[in-house]
Amino acid sequence: MIEQIIFIICLASVGYIAYKRIRRIIQNIRLGKDEVIKDNPSQRWQNTLLIAFGQKKMFDRPLVGLMHFVIYVGFLIINIEVLEIIIDGIAGTHRLFAPILGGFYTFLINFFEFLAVGVIVVCAIFLIRRNILRVKRLHARELTKWPLTDANLILTFEILLMLAFLTWNASDTVLRERGVEHYNIAGIGSFWFSGILSSLFEGWNTTTLIVYERFAWWFHILGILGFGIYVTYSKHLHIAMAFPNTYFARLLPKGEMRNMPVVTKEVRLMLGLPETTNGSSDTSVSPESADATPGRFGAKDINDLSWKNLMDAYSCTECGRCTSECPANITGKLLSPRKIMMDTRDRMEEVGQQIESGKEAFTDGKSLLDNYITREELLACTTCNACVEVCPVSISPLDIILELRRYMIMEESSAPGSWNAMFSNEENNMAPWKFSPSDRFNWADQLKSGQ
Amino acid sequence: MSETINFQVPTMAELMARGEEPEVLFWVGCAGSFDDRYKKVTIAFTKILNKLGIRFAVLGTEESCTGDPARRAGNEFLFQMLAIQNIEVLNGYNIKKIVTACPHCFNTLKNDYPALGGNYEVLHHSQFLQQLINEGKIKLQGGGEFKGKRITYHDSCYLGRANDVYEAPREVLQALDAELVEMKRSRRHGLCCGAGGGQMFKEAEPGNKEVNIERIEEALNTNPNIVAVACPFCMTMLADGIKNKEKETEVKVYDLAELIDKSL
Ligand code: HEM
Ligand code: SF4
Ligand code: SF4
Repeated sequence: MIEQIIFIICLASVGYIAYKRIRRIIQNIRLGKDEVIKDNPSQRWQNTLLIAFGQKKMFDRPLVGLMHFVIYVGFLIINIEVLEIIIDGIAGTHRLFAPILGGFYTFLINFFEFLAVGVIVVCAIFLIRRNILRVKRLHARELTKWPLTDANLILTFEILLMLAFLTWNASDTVLRERGVEHYNIAGIGSFWFSGILSSLFEGWNTTTLIVYERFAWWFHILGILGFGIYVTYSKHLHIAMAFPNTYFARLLPKGEMRNMPVVTKEVRLMLGLPETTNGSSDTSVSPESADATPGRFGAKDINDLSWKNLMDAYSCTECGRCTSECPANITGKLLSPRKIMMDTRDRMEEVGQQIESGKEAFTDGKSLLDNYITREELLACTTCNACVEVCPVSISPLDIILELRRYMIMEESSAPGSWNAMFSNEENNMAPWKFSPSDRFNWADQLKSGQ
Repeated sequence: MSETINFQVPTMAELMARGEEPEVLFWVGCAGSFDDRYKKVTIAFTKILNKLGIRFAVLGTEESCTGDPARRAGNEFLFQMLAIQNIEVLNGYNIKKIVTACPHCFNTLKNDYPALGGNYEVLHHSQFLQQLINEGKIKLQGGGEFKGKRITYHDSCYLGRANDVYEAPREVLQALDAELVEMKRSRRHGLCCGAGGGQMFKEAEPGNKEVNIERIEEALNTNPNIVAVACPFCMTMLADGIKNKEKETEVKVYDLAELIDKSL
C-alpha cells in the first residue's frame, strides 16, 4: 500500500514538472513571430511519415541510420511495457497484462527484450563512436561542456534503463519459478535474454531477490519518468520535436527567400507604383503582413525570428550533419550551422528563465546576434543550402542566418566595405560590378558583326 | 560553319515595334553581359538559339540585375527596388517564358519574383537544352569534339539544392557522348564553389583554405579533361582554382552551352 502511494506521488510530481516544462517550451516557441503554416496538409503528412516516422534522411548514412532505427523503434515499442508498469504501480498488481494476453504476453516480453538488447548494443557503439573513435562530426568547439556531457549521459542512461528492464525480468522469473506469492503468475513462458541472466540470480535467497526485483522495477520506471523530464532540457528533445518539426517544415523550393511585404509596400510607394502587386502568390508563408507594425527589419534576437525557427532550435539533435557539409566550416571558417541552432535554443532558454523568474524578458542587454552568434559567422555563409538539405529533422539554419544578415544590413548598415561597394554598384549601375548600364548589351556587337 | 550564319540578337523593344512576340526571353544576367569569360557563354547560347531557329529576344540595356546578390547579402530594399523595376519591364512586354544561363537569375526570377507580382515560366539553360535534345531538335555531330573525353560536372547550389535540378545538366552532357565522371560530393551533397550568398563580392572570412581550392582538388581527383559548370560564379571560382593548381593547359572549364555549341 505504501509502495502504491509513493508511486502515485512520484507519478503526479513528474506529471506536474513535465507539464510546467512543456508549457515553458511552448511559450518559448511562441516568443517568435507569427507565421501561418497551413498550406498543403497532405504533403506535410507525407513528409512526416517518410522523414520523421520513416527516418528517410537518416538513411543517407545507412549504418548510422540503421543503428538509430534500432534505438528509435526500441524506444517506441518498449514503452508499451511502461503502460503495464504504471498500472501495476498504481493498482499494486503484478504483470497485470499476463493473464489477459496469455501466450502473446510471453511473445511480447521476448520481443521487448530483443529490442532492449539491440538498444544496449547500439548505445554502446554510439558511445565508442563518440569517445574512442572520435568521429569528426561529433567533435567541435560547440560540442564541449554540457552538450558533450548530455550526449554521453543519454547513451549511458539508455543502457542502464535497458539493463534494469532485463535484470528485472530475470529476477522476477526466478521468483516466479520458486512459486513466491505475488510472483507466481501462471501461463508466462520463458524469456530468452533474461533467461540467460536468470542463472546469475539463482543462488540468491528469496528475500534478497525480492529486494533486487523491487529495486530494478523502481529504477526502471523512475528512470523512465526522470528521463522524460531530462529530455526536455536536452538535445534529446528531438524524440518528440522531430515529428511536428517535420510537419511544419517549409515546402517551397529551398532557393526561395521569405518575402518582406513591408519593404514591398515602401518600395512601390517610392517608385510611384500602385500599392497592390498583381499576383502576390504565397503570402501564407510571410511572417508579417503588410499592415502589421513593421518592428525590426530582420532579426537581432529570438523574438524577431519566426516561431518555426525557434521550433527548429528545439528539434536539433546536434548531429552535425549540417556542419560536416558546410563549405565554410569545411574550410576552417568559424561558421557552423549546428552552432547557429544551439545558440538559438540557448538564447531562448535564457529568455525563458528570465520570464520564469518574473523578470521582464529581453531587458538583460543581451541578444542572439553578438552575444551568441558573431558577425564573422554570419558573413561566412554562402547560402548553399547544404545544411538544409541534409538535416534529418528538416531544420533550416540558413533561414536564421539570412534573417540576422537582414538586421545587420538594413538596421545597422554594418556591411563589410566590399559589400557596400557592391550595393552602390547595384543601385547606380544595375549590376554588382562597376560597369555602365549602357554597355550591358555590348556583348552582342561581336556576334552581329558576324565574327 | 558558324561563319555562314548571320547571327541575330533581337531585343524586346525591336520585336514590340514589329508587333511580334518571342517564344522565349533570353535573360542574359550581369555576368553574362559584363564578365569576359561568361560573355563567351552568352554568345555560345545565342548561337545555339540562332542555329536552331528559335524565336527569342533579349532585353538588352533594359535588363537590370535581378537583385540576387543584394537579397542574399541582406539588403532587401535594394533587392526589391531592382526586382520591382524588372517586373515592370517584364510585365510591360507581357513576357511569359524566360530562359537564362545563370542559376542565380533562374532562382530569383522563378522563386523570388512571384511574391512581388512577377509570374513567369522560368527555365535554366540546362533544362532548355535538355528539352531540345529530347525533342530531337539538337542533333550533335557523331563523334563530336568531346567524344570519349572525361568530363566532371560541378553542381551549382542554386540549380541543385535550391531547385532540385540535378539531372538536366547531366543529360545534356551525356548527349556529347563523353565519359561523365562524378565527384565524391555531387548532386544533393555537391560542395559549393564558395561564391554564393554574396561571397563573390567580398573577401572570404578567415579560415584555413579557400572553398574553391577544396572543390577543385576534388574535381581534379577525377582526372578530368573538362570541368563542366552551369553557372557564371562557379565558372570563375573553378577556373581560378585550376589556375592556382597550374593545370590550365590540361584541364578546361566549360559551360554546358559552350560544349553544345562546339558540337553542333
Ligand atoms: C522517438 C524516438 C527516438 C529515440 C528514442 C531517439 C534516440 C536517439 C538517441 C539515443 C540518439 C543519440 C545518438 C548519439 O548520441 O550518437 C539520437 C540521435 C539522433 N536522432 Fe534520434 N531518436 C528518436 C527519434 C528520432 C527521429 C524521429 C529523428 C528524425 C528523423 C531522429 C534523428 C536523430 C539524429 C539525426 C540523431 C543524431 C545521430 C547522429 O549522430 O547521427 N531521432 N536519437
Ligand atoms: S547555407 Fe551557409 S550555413 Fe548552410 S551549409 Fe551552406 S554555407 Fe554553411
Ligand atoms: S540542424 Fe539538423 S543536421 Fe544540423 S545538427 Fe541539428 S539536427 Fe543535425
